[in-house]
Amino acid sequence: MNILETDGERLLAAVRTLLDQKGIVSATEIQERMAATDAASPGQGARMVARAWADPAYRALMLEDGTKAAESLGIMMRGMPPLGVLENTAEVHHLVVCTLCSCYPRAVLGYPPFWYKSAAFRARAVRDPRGLLAAEWKTAIPDAVKVRVVDSTADYRWMVLPVRPSGTDGWDEERLAGIVREGDMIGVTIPGV
Amino acid sequence: MFADGETVRVKDEWPEALGPVHIRTPYYVRGVVGEVVRWLGDFPNPEDLAFARPAERRALYHVRFQKGLIWPEAKPDDELLIEIFAHWLERP
Repeated sequence: MNILETDGERLLAAVRTLLDQKGIVSATEIQERMAATDAASPGQGARMVARAWADPAYRALMLEDGTKAAESLGIMMRGMPPLGVLENTAEVHHLVVCTLCSCYPRAVLGYPPFWYKSAAFRARAVRDPRGLLAAEWKTAIPDAVKVRVVDSTADYRWMVLPVRPSGTDGWDEERLAGIVREGDMIGVTIPGV
Repeated sequence: MFADGETVRVKDEWPEALGPVHIRTPYYVRGVVGEVVRWLGDFPNPEDLAFARPAERRALYHVRFQKGLIWPEAKPDDELLIEIFAHWLERP
């Protein structure tokens, strides 16, 4: 049998059956994982950000242990790498990149945008982050704010907790989550209203 | 093994020149001095995992570097924060 010419669906069914029979991964676990992968999107991270903006205790938990903070909102983190959260402030702006490959906090942000994996983004992010953000996203980081580029090289996955924009006083969490974009949680853009 | 705030240097080693390897230490920080921010936990050594060899758990640290030490044109107080395994770090 030539495995490259075998019908993909049959091959997949055979592998799944073997995994199940050998007790490695059950059919239920595969279904759960598929559901979690389908549910993973920037909307999940945005819910976390909105909760952190509204609730100081949640913000503290999120900065201490991103995985626990995600799980507490019902996001499935089992089997995923630990999640770390980097807080932007008036003094420091974080930008996440993976120069070695494409490590990305998929559990809370879903699939990475196409440019995140590009060699150009990866090279420019570490070397000239201010120039990159200004040229490609019109994001200007003031000179007084330090830029800290986080190269995601190993076992953690990182997301950014952006600064809550002014003009959002009294907003509920759903409305806050609505203004948080994917790029805000990578650090290429800054949320505003 | 390394304390928070400790000054460390990434080893100036280039095992990729000797044969096939899988390394999670970016080349641009080899030989560069930085500061340990915190220990992130112990994880199986990816350099062995990638070749399906038994992988010892190694300490992983978040290490901060001044960008100006790496790229002279960088704004001097801008920083890089990188996960580096203990076996890639030494005391300068």
